Amino acid sequence: MSWIGDNLGLIWEQLREHLYLAILPVILGLIISVPLGYVATRYAWLANPLIAFGGILYSLPSIALFIVIPAVLGTKVLSTVNIIVALTIYTVSLLIRNVIDGLRSVPPDVRQSAIAVGYGALHRVVAVDLPIAVPVIFTGLRVVTVANISMVSVGAVIGIGGLGELFTLGFQKDFLTPVVVGVVLSLALALIADVILVTLQRILTPWARVATPVAEVA
Amino acid sequence: MIEFEDVTKRYPDGTVAVDKLSLRIPSNQITVFVGPSGCGKTTSLRMINRTIERTSGTISIDGDDINSHDAVTLRRGIGYVIQNAGLFPHKTVVENVATVPKLIGWDKRKAHGTAMELLERVGLDVKLAERYPAQLSGGQQQRVGVARALAADPAIMLMDEPFSAVDPIVRHQLQEELLRLQRDIGKTIVFVTHDIDEAIKLGDNVAVLRVGGKLAQFAPPAELLANPADDFVRGFVGQDRGYRALTFVHPDELPVKPLPDELALQDGVPVGWRNGSEELLPLGAVFKRGDSLRAALDAVLTSPTGCGVCVDDNGKAVGVIDQSTVAEALRS
Ligand SMILES: Nc1ncnc2c1ncn2[C@@H]1O[C@H](COP(=O)(O)OP(=O)(O)O)[C@@H](O)[C@H]1O
Ligand SMILES: [Mg+2]
Repeated sequence: MSWIGDNLGLIWEQLREHLYLAILPVILGLIISVPLGYVATRYAWLANPLIAFGGILYSLPSIALFIVIPAVLGTKVLSTVNIIVALTIYTVSLLIRNVIDGLRSVPPDVRQSAIAVGYGALHRVVAVDLPIAVPVIFTGLRVVTVANISMVSVGAVIGIGGLGELFTLGFQKDFLTPVVVGVVLSLALALIADVILVTLQRILTPWARVATPVAEVA
Repeated sequence: MIEFEDVTKRYPDGTVAVDKLSLRIPSNQITVFVGPSGCGKTTSLRMINRTIERTSGTISIDGDDINSHDAVTLRRGIGYVIQNAGLFPHKTVVENVATVPKLIGWDKRKAHGTAMELLERVGLDVKLAERYPAQLSGGQQQRVGVARALAADPAIMLMDEPFSAVDPIVRHQLQEELLRLQRDIGKTIVFVTHDIDEAIKLGDNVAVLRVGGKLAQFAPPAELLANPADDFVRGFVGQDRGYRALTFVHPDELPVKPLPDELALQDGVPVGWRNGSEELLPLGAVFKRGDSLRAALDAVLTSPTGCGVCVDDNGKAVGVIDQSTVAEALRS
């Protein structure tokens, strides 16, 4: 226990790095997936290949990505950019499906009336299509956020891994406490992130949890 | 006036949905497009707000080609109501109605104020304003749809089978309310239905289309019933068009007979017929002074005694008629 007290600074530092490495890719991934998903619903032939390609990317082992990316990007092996790029790729590969499904979940008559009342194309996407797609997109966001939080630790193998570095430390010194701290904190991080996302979704979609229709009163 | 001139729509798969349609839709009236399923009603309607672009021909509004302005601006000036209302599920009722005013740049307060007025106008309880569409019945959603279409006070309103998905009682109410509303607002309404009864009830003019989007006849409903242009129209308006035509016969004053003793009244309002036993026989339909001959005949036919009851505006019985009264009115 004294180890924890002596190393609060280190633990805090790794926690912050972990959070940064996990969440920034979620944000970048969302920013990339939304326009990509929109294009895929406009040009319907693009959607299935994109989803399939996403599936393939997602199945790549993270460790391989962490190692290949420096070679491709020319970044230093020990750069956080590698982790961020790799996790952004994962995020996009998973979120793209949810964005496409979400945009497809807009009922045709709702889209038709959005056009008919005189929304321009871009305005319609922002004001009608995306808000209606929020529940489906958030399902993907929750999955990908939790996955990213656990995957950051894998980065420890190449030397940058937030809480994962506590694992390395514990293994090197054959000492359990840092490992337990790392596991507990990354679990807690995942849990808190999920709670925040669920709350955010509830705030964004008050309409999605309304009561059943009242009886017909003309 | 909306004018179609040789308008043709050929879909990419080769289907000719509308073939050289020419017609003039008068302003400030209800014009109904009616015809069997797939005859091109929806396509014709949606070419007016350019949510479907025609293949050839011209459509003009008050002499102005609809292609002379951009489509988005055109649409903001044309109300549009569809079958399941197509309300925005993520917006409250009042936000739905305020959509077009906000799109054309009104500030939020003015837009919402107008929206609230419109909700009342279409017969909705303003308490529903903050609800979401999923919390409304089908009939209420349809009213919101009409309010949304009218919010920015467009000159034209397009309605595509707006009342087809609600039950018959609510449909009847919505039809009556549309007619009442139209007496106040006098919009140019183009109304699509496959139901000839609805067309006859609502239309100042009815355009009967046949498959392939060809105009079979364009006439006021009474004319349509009296003089169908051909066998197709005759078949479409139905066997009982003679009976339907009675809708347009409004005898000034049917001579009513005094109330018979068998008619049971409560505070002057008829409630049924006595026949000696405890239970009353059902009343049947009643009609009002000034109603059509169709309503009067209906009252006679549905009454168990053969006597149709005439009521005043408060629902109180003022007299009865029988078959001979109707026959007499028809002869004159
Ligand atoms: N997007 C489309 N692509 C191909 N054919 C269509 C399309 N929309 C409608 N049609 C065809 O055009 C014809 C007229 O359709 P529509 O205008 O919807 O008829 P209605 O509203 O009278 O039922 C039908 O044969 C229909 O199948
Ligand atoms: Mg149709």
